[in-house]
Amino acid sequence: MSHDSAFAPSIGRRIARTFIVYVQDRPGTLNRVVSLFRRRGFNIDSLTVGRTEREGVSRITLVVQSDEDTARRLEANFYKLVNVLEVHDVTHAPSVSREMAFIKVRAGAERRGEILQLCETFRARVVDVAPESLTAEITGTSEKLDGLIELLRPFGILEMVRTGAVAMARGTAAQGSGGPSEGDLAA
Amino acid sequence: MEQIAEKQEARRGTSPQSTPVRMSGAQILWEVLEREGVEVVFGYPGGAIMPVYDALPASPIHHVLVRHEQGAAHMADGYARASGKVGVCVATSGPGATNLVTGIATAMLDSVPLVCITGQVSSTLLGSDAFQEIDITGITLPITKHNYLVTRAEDLAHSIREAFEVARSGRPGPVLVDITKDAQQATVPFRWSDEPVRLPGVRPARRLTHEQIERAASLINQAKRPLIFCGHGVIKAGASELLLRFAEKTGIPVASTLLGLGAFPASHELSLGMMGMHGEAWVNHAVQESDLLVAVGMRFDDRVTGNLKNYATAARKIHLEVDPAEVNKNVKADVAMLGDLGRSLERLLPAVAQREHQDWRARIRALREDSASRDVQGIPHQGRLRAPHVLHDLWRLTRGEALVVTDVGQHQMWEAQYYRHERPRSLLTSGGLGTMGFALPAAIGARFARPDEEIWVVVGDGGFQMTACELITCAQEGIKLNVALINNGYLGMVRQWQEFFYGGRYVATPLKSPDFVKLAEAHGLTAMRVTTREQVASAVDAARKAPGTAVIEFCVEGEEAVYPMVPANADLHAMIRRPSRIEESIHEP
Repeated sequence: MSHDSAFAPSIGRRIARTFIVYVQDRPGTLNRVVSLFRRRGFNIDSLTVGRTEREGVSRITLVVQSDEDTARRLEANFYKLVNVLEVHDVTHAPSVSREMAFIKVRAGAERRGEILQLCETFRARVVDVAPESLTAEITGTSEKLDGLIELLRPFGILEMVRTGAVAMARGTAAQGSGGPSEGDLAA
Repeated sequence: MEQIAEKQEARRGTSPQSTPVRMSGAQILWEVLEREGVEVVFGYPGGAIMPVYDALPASPIHHVLVRHEQGAAHMADGYARASGKVGVCVATSGPGATNLVTGIATAMLDSVPLVCITGQVSSTLLGSDAFQEIDITGITLPITKHNYLVTRAEDLAHSIREAFEVARSGRPGPVLVDITKDAQQATVPFRWSDEPVRLPGVRPARRLTHEQIERAASLINQAKRPLIFCGHGVIKAGASELLLRFAEKTGIPVASTLLGLGAFPASHELSLGMMGMHGEAWVNHAVQESDLLVAVGMRFDDRVTGNLKNYATAARKIHLEVDPAEVNKNVKADVAMLGDLGRSLERLLPAVAQREHQDWRARIRALREDSASRDVQGIPHQGRLRAPHVLHDLWRLTRGEALVVTDVGQHQMWEAQYYRHERPRSLLTSGGLGTMGFALPAAIGARFARPDEEIWVVVGDGGFQMTACELITCAQEGIKLNVALINNGYLGMVRQWQEFFYGGRYVATPLKSPDFVKLAEAHGLTAMRVTTREQVASAVDAARKAPGTAVIEFCVEGEEAVYPMVPANADLHAMIRRPSRIEESIHEP
């Protein structure tokens, strides 16, 4: 009984979409947000949560692969959650996005120089050096992190952790006025 | 039910308190429920909700003891659908709470406002797998509009008030409030506040723009083959009167969803009847030929559209809807009008032109003629009892004035086809979830909302056996329902699918039943059995005259099918039709 339901891949290009979601800081809120994706069989690329300048309000940055239609439907469904205050899709908005990672790489004395040079090029900081390994801290766009990780992979990555992206719109204004208007939803 | 009125009367005049009073969480709960206008709750006690039950006698609220918590949720649901108010049910922790789940999901899928109160183990034991502890807020997360876990008596009043506001605002839905036993027991200062509940996450719909109205009106005024779709939302928004004025001014025929039946009078010349999987053939053909659909408070469910790729391809769509997440979900809207339906229709009314649509209506009449020749009502009964005949007779005998509560399956579709509803909230049925066992408990709930109306439960032999335990609730409460039990000896709708799509292999659908007459009589109720069409009228009459709940078992033909039928995901116009009368008469013995 399958048909083109809302969240099935439909017309439009699937790209990584970044949503910023403001929520009331209450138990279970994150669970509700994540459930929107779980029930539709979506995989979340990354998710970060933290406090904001407003007391009692948390900010979620969430990256998921979807096409334009699905993104609009997701946005409308975010708003159905009682604890969700504002939702912004900043995928196409002028914004800055950053992610941080620690990368622990195999680095004996003979290859350390080479690795340090790579870190230098990527402006990664070395935060720990041991006889057989080295840990780098890098902040940048997710693509930049991908780049360094690719180059370090041949040396042997022993351990890695990424935070997931956080994003913020450029300029003085806070994000939009909040939510889709009737006009936005009409085709 | 007179007791309720007396109890309420005695308590009239409760005003906002100026000084705080010390009350237990349980007392606060009843106080807030009363102030929210609750008259009746449906529930079942147990360990973790005992403090709440202990405080019940002091409240004027009437409690109906159910026999299974699923029944409590359906009763609250039936009460809410019949009254337009919020329905309330109460259960204990663990199995009490999990038994509510089907009822809550039923309400969720049909946007019915419920507040479900569950007891929970003490806050100190949360997460320890204590006796009868279950994570009910986790379990009900996807089937509630919102839910709350209350661990402190101080938070109780606010959470309950929020729960009511969330349940009835915007697109309504069920809300669950899980209250730990220590929060029920603790005594705290309580002062009722009349201040409106603030929900920062619930945003009012934006005002419709002038351009939207103009665009919609211009599409409506230029359309040659338009249809109005009338959905459940029209009933929920109380917008029937406005829809009637809109249809009469624009001259546009009105098709209804299953849950929209009653929102537009069936006897009106512009009324077409039901659309969709078991909708009228002429309606489905008209949909496919239309050039404009004005969808009001409906969500283009797959049972309504069939295959979306070939659905109403020539039609532009105007979608009036309260829930932004429903617009452009299944069908792209050319104009979306979000917000309260009544408000949207009010704005649209002055902008649309007075029209007649003579040609288009003549075309639909022509489509209708073919269907009339295939109608089962034209087939002589020849001493046999056919379920569609029973439903038709029931409509005729009750003059279409009863409140009908249907279960799920073939009888539900025949009722929708042959019982013509003239007013909103005169048909209560489980549409979205399709919950068998819904009818009897929902009708009990409806009885408390509409004490003086004639109520008929229409139910199959399968669904009846799922919640038949609530018959004794009827007896204990002394309430009057009429039950039309359509017994065809099969799980009929599944049997029909097996006949059409599974080579006639009737696997697990033949159904043995108890002696329903004896069963009802064992509950102290009136009961009778009908096996021929001649007996229908006198049995209906006897049931209506019986002082308490009466059950009529209609022993009908086993292998009757619901026609027309759009097979799942087929194009809407590709219906399986009843063989025409001439063809059928050849097969008749």
